[in-house]
Amino acid sequence: MPDTKTEGDRNPRLAEEGRDTRPSCECSPECCGWTSDKGRAESYINESEHWIERRAETSAGAIPVVRIKLSRQDILGKVKARFGFGRMRYRVKPGLYAVGDPGAGSPVLVSANYKLSFDSLRRELGGLDAWILVLDTKGINVWCAAGKGTFGTEELVRRVDETSLARIVSHRTLILPQLGAPGVAAHEVTRRTHFKVIYGPVRAADIKVFLAAGMKATPEMRRVKFGLRERFVLTAIELTNPFKYLVIVTAVLWILSLLGLRLLSWGTLYPYLGAILIGGFFVPALLPWIPGRAFAWKGWLLGMIWAAFVNFHQGLLPPTPISWQPATVHFLLLPAISAFLAMGFTGSSTYTSLSGVLKEMRYAVPVILASASIGVVFLAFVLIGAL
Amino acid sequence: MREHRHLKNVTTLAYDPDKCTGCGMCAEVCPHAIFFIEGKKARISDRDLCMECGACSKNCPFAAISVRPGVGCAWGILLSEIKGREAPSCG
Repeated sequence: MPDTKTEGDRNPRLAEEGRDTRPSCECSPECCGWTSDKGRAESYINESEHWIERRAETSAGAIPVVRIKLSRQDILGKVKARFGFGRMRYRVKPGLYAVGDPGAGSPVLVSANYKLSFDSLRRELGGLDAWILVLDTKGINVWCAAGKGTFGTEELVRRVDETSLARIVSHRTLILPQLGAPGVAAHEVTRRTHFKVIYGPVRAADIKVFLAAGMKATPEMRRVKFGLRERFVLTAIELTNPFKYLVIVTAVLWILSLLGLRLLSWGTLYPYLGAILIGGFFVPALLPWIPGRAFAWKGWLLGMIWAAFVNFHQGLLPPTPISWQPATVHFLLLPAISAFLAMGFTGSSTYTSLSGVLKEMRYAVPVILASASIGVVFLAFVLIGAL
Repeated sequence: MREHRHLKNVTTLAYDPDKCTGCGMCAEVCPHAIFFIEGKKARISDRDLCMECGACSKNCPFAAISVRPGVGCAWGILLSEIKGREAPSCG
């Protein structure tokens, strides 16, 4: 088993193989394996099984036939999962499912057991007769699970065997989402199950066309995208955390102002609010148009422009013996914040490599830390002077 | 849409044409379409587009491709540094 040694612990991107494919690392603990999955591994959501239409008898037992239309319950579940409620329990029981009225010649599509992945696949299968083989990916989407190896050779081989797939279908072809490829060695699966692995399109929305074309994917279907819309959606996640900190800082300043320390004002806060918006929103949105390649650089550049604007706007520039200190604070802190947040967006992007981000961080992290530290020292002087 | 590009000359992707039989598996799985088949051999069009997902090396039946797979995620790397783990990789 040559693949087991490479299927180690790593932090894969969070992706969905559905229409809204967003291969990304939202760095949620469950995706990146920072929290243990123990104790809840066996809780599936299909107690109600409202998405199962009926059961079909086959030579290998009764197979659930699933609906191809998402119900209100499915959509509600999707929204909840997107906001993180019960995300890790939002799972489908692994095994074989049917869509339409499949027979021995119908195609077998392999999916993950994260309910959103499963849903985004089944809703694209209207009018088709097909089998869906759901792997136990511990409630994680295909790309993420492929990185971990749970959407992998071992699990696929085990599931093919356990469902007696070879007795249900007469052909020997499995169709996998292309984004599952980092976890599955196709030749290894063939050697062990005699099933041939064909990688289908990246997006579930292309499956019908892919099947109609005789299981041929166009180059377009094979490529991961990272358009404006995808980037917009991901900025929401990027902004949540920094805004939390900003709220805490504001609350602390407000309490201090009640105690007579008048530090809280729009003028002191909006430069930082802007720096967060630049790093977490504007850099991701304008990503391909900002000059340079490193994300931190792009953030630093826009942050510097913002700091200059703030300083002129607040009359701190041109500098006077009094104003040069707060102006320096802005020049040191604002670009550092923007650069740091922009750097974090590497995980959401679909085109950065581990080597690339490591190289970027080797330069960016020391510069950001130095700039922020000196900035904080200056800020302390300014605050002491203001009291 | 403008094409996204990160840093140049960083990928750990290595390819040995002598082992390649031109089966085309790498071209099929690469999410950035950097492989193409020409004259019964795989060719790399643009190494700098590689994101080190590892799909090509995993699916090459002839072990002609190697890459250190991992995720290009700064938060993930920072957190694993803090926790004293190796950078997220599956090497």
